[in-house]
Amino acid sequence: MSTRIGIVTFPGSLDDADAARAVRIAGGEPVALWHGDEDLKKVQAVVLPGGFSYGDYLRCGAIARFAPVMTKVIEAANGGMPVLGICNGFQILCETHLLPGALTRNDHLHFICRDQRLRIENTSSDWTRDFAPGQEIVIPLKNGEGGYVADEATLDLLEGEGRVIARYLEVNPNGSRRDIAGVCNERGNVVGLMPHPEHAVEDLTGPSTDGLFFFASALTSVLAGSHR
Amino acid sequence: MIDSVQRAEQTPEAEQPFADLGLKPDEYERIHDILGRRPTSSELAMYSVMWSEHCSYKSSKVHLRQFGEKKPETDALLVGIGENAGVVDIGDGWAVTFKVESHNHPSYVEPYQGAATGVGGIVRDILSMGARPLAVMDPLRFGPADAPDTARVLPGVGAGIGGYGNCLGLPNIGGEVVFDDSYLGNPLVNALCVGAMRHEDIHLASAKGVGNLVVLYGARTGGDGIGGVSVLASETFDDEGPAKRPSVQVGDPFMEKLLIEATLEVLHAGLVEGIQDLGGAGISCATSELASNGEGGMHVWLDRVLLRDPTLSPEEILMSESQERMCAIVRPDKIDDFMNHCRKWDVEAVVIGEVNDSGRLTVDWHGERIVDVPPRTVAHEGPVYERPFHRPSWQDALQADSSDRLDRPGSDGLRETLLELVAAPNLAGKSWITDQYDRYVLGNTVLAQPEDSGMIRIDEVTGRGVAIATDCNGRFAKLDPYTGAKLALAESYRNVCATGAVPLAVTNCLNFGSPEDPEVMWQFAEATRGLADGCAELGTPVTGGNVSFYNQTGETAILPTPVVGVLGVIDDVGRRTPMQWGPDGELIYLLGDTRDEFGGSEWAHLRGHLGGLPPQVDLQRERILGEILVAGSRDGMLTAAHDVSDGGFAMAVVEMALRADIGARLWLPDGIDPFVQLFAESAGRAVVVVPRSEELRFSEMCAARGVPAHRVGVVDSGLGPDAGYPQGTQVLQFGDYFTVTLDEVREAHTRTIPALFA
Repeated sequence: MSTRIGIVTFPGSLDDADAARAVRIAGGEPVALWHGDEDLKKVQAVVLPGGFSYGDYLRCGAIARFAPVMTKVIEAANGGMPVLGICNGFQILCETHLLPGALTRNDHLHFICRDQRLRIENTSSDWTRDFAPGQEIVIPLKNGEGGYVADEATLDLLEGEGRVIARYLEVNPNGSRRDIAGVCNERGNVVGLMPHPEHAVEDLTGPSTDGLFFFASALTSVLAGSHR
Repeated sequence: MIDSVQRAEQTPEAEQPFADLGLKPDEYERIHDILGRRPTSSELAMYSVMWSEHCSYKSSKVHLRQFGEKKPETDALLVGIGENAGVVDIGDGWAVTFKVESHNHPSYVEPYQGAATGVGGIVRDILSMGARPLAVMDPLRFGPADAPDTARVLPGVGAGIGGYGNCLGLPNIGGEVVFDDSYLGNPLVNALCVGAMRHEDIHLASAKGVGNLVVLYGARTGGDGIGGVSVLASETFDDEGPAKRPSVQVGDPFMEKLLIEATLEVLHAGLVEGIQDLGGAGISCATSELASNGEGGMHVWLDRVLLRDPTLSPEEILMSESQERMCAIVRPDKIDDFMNHCRKWDVEAVVIGEVNDSGRLTVDWHGERIVDVPPRTVAHEGPVYERPFHRPSWQDALQADSSDRLDRPGSDGLRETLLELVAAPNLAGKSWITDQYDRYVLGNTVLAQPEDSGMIRIDEVTGRGVAIATDCNGRFAKLDPYTGAKLALAESYRNVCATGAVPLAVTNCLNFGSPEDPEVMWQFAEATRGLADGCAELGTPVTGGNVSFYNQTGETAILPTPVVGVLGVIDDVGRRTPMQWGPDGELIYLLGDTRDEFGGSEWAHLRGHLGGLPPQVDLQRERILGEILVAGSRDGMLTAAHDVSDGGFAMAVVEMALRADIGARLWLPDGIDPFVQLFAESAGRAVVVVPRSEELRFSEMCAARGVPAHRVGVVDSGLGPDAGYPQGTQVLQFGDYFTVTLDEVREAHTRTIPALFA
């Protein structure tokens, strides 16, 4: 049986179909989860996709964290289930405090969509274990509020514990501190990533297929049962 | 006191502000004749918005008829002109709908919201046909790039398009950004949307079935955009008069996203008999058009409309252009199901009326009858004008003022000319603007700007997809509107073919000055005639579009700007031809004839000159060129292709080289002035890149079809050292005349727009 990976649709989620496609191409079985769901339908990992959940009103991700499904996602994450938040999903994970820090308005104040070069800094998290150490990849980035910020002590802690999972190369597209593109929790099962791996899964439609490694990593993690 | 029908009958002499609402005295008279009494203030509001230029096409209708009369034979057209958007058959049971519309005036007044709601409006048009919206594009025109007002308008427009489209989850895959003095007080913000559905999912705007319910759903009705079409889009701006800001609508893309999902659910569940979006003229338009297209009668309880502002009067509710609203006709036994889907998506919905066969559209407000009209007279039988037109007195002098009198660079000035052109605002890279748009969302974008066409995959299993391009050189249209419109069509057609797709249908956004000026009206008549003739010649029917008049400030009209969008189908997007050229050794061919044609060219524009004649256009040749480009893609003979237009051959190869970051050795044929070869803007040309293994087959195909194919270069990444640069430097070598490095070209090409607007 293939691995069931849940993809949550909030009102205003936009990249949910893309995330489902990415899971499918990587060899998993995408399972649609609705923001009002009270159970996770036996999924073995969860993706919070990009978009503008609840219109990004109040603050990006601030309303989504209170969605009924998030109670279950937080529980599962604390129990070790692999959870990936992409862009708006990253913002939601920060709002839930599953991940430290916050995402702020891009320093240049414009939305930006570009093919972004990254270096994978951590290959032990549940979503990056299939990468080679230091591997450089190119995947799309598209955000208006993608500047990663945290206080210096937190940043030092993240660096010290190897929890910066990817860093921007060549261009820092949004003013993120220390060029941070993604971070993970202490346990390595919860990952937040500002760029979009789900848009880099086919040569035809993406700048590369580098994004597949993230989803393949999750499948590997589930098979290994690393946190159960 | 409510101005009811009863009161209107009792007070026939009451004065009414018809002129302030944009109605002419004879139009007001006509309403009297139709109703046999004076209109109520609510009726007057409805007629005024529906008979506005924007909604009724009263000045353009007599010319637009040609699109139907000259329509080429085609099996592709499933729904033609007159519906919210045309629908074409792209095969395998898929239907595609697309349309371009203007949102020019609002975007000048309030750039962000104007451009944002332009996207929102066209998306709802596509949605109301039953299609899932799949991508957007934005053809834009601004005043001079260095003008202070352009710095006010452009960043807001770009941010508005991105802000709305990104939040809606629609990739923005193409469009244009053009600068010209004439657009300074009248920027053009056109918006195109394309959507797809299965054939059986096509829906039309008609209120069928007596007893069926009229449901208004989506955002609440507010006081924004009142009179948007009549006051804003159908009048010339001047310095006097009240501020227009309240006429601009304010968008909420999150609500629109919910509206899309809820609408597609109720359509697919078979809960909808007829559907219409609310755009210009709001409830007035939706109810009168639905009733007019259906059983002919409808009753509306207007006080049931959910309001954002409870103080709104019935007249204001009828005229409001609040965004993100739709109107559906639902059978009573399906209404609960319909409401459940709306609730799932947190979309408010309310039954506001009922379909009947009374032949009247009646509206009540708290028990009083405030509207009682034959709906056809509101929606479809508005005034039609045969506006006078004549060839402008200055047209001959303009055409006589050929660009031949301009000083041309000698062979030692060609390099400098190229660097000037690549950095010119019209030709410079626009990524500072377009990188504010999400081009990836939905995961089906195969090609996006700056490619010749945007291309999306429609069917993930078969790879079937569509390509769309929009084009118009308004300078060509000013020199000769008939030829200019054909050239716009030709360029757009060529851009679609260059990617390997087969052109199928046309949409247009006809942006002109005031129709009350006979010289502007002549431009419009000529351009319309040219486009209709051109579509007949190319076999691509016009499926719909939009006319935007009154784009002028005082006596000065914009360049006539008939923006033409061409949609093509490709059976497998995997074989698309990009503009990025291939590895070393592949051969560069220029297809078509290059003539000494600089009238309306970018080179002349940079010298402040506009005169002479536009390039010749031969649509039969365009058609054959298109067939070659498509066959080249289908049979795997082409690595890359790129249309030759603004800036000529030189600009085309620069763009291809920059995309690939690989240089090339180019040679300029003997017997032609190198300046002409490099920079002339002759139509009917493309640059293609052919692997050596395909050269014989390709050149034989071109010869057999009589299309000149000149071998003009070879892709070569190793030219650096020969040209005196370090190993690895990418260089374009133009014969013995000059070389440039890609680094210096890129620097010039990418610096301009950020320097002006960032």
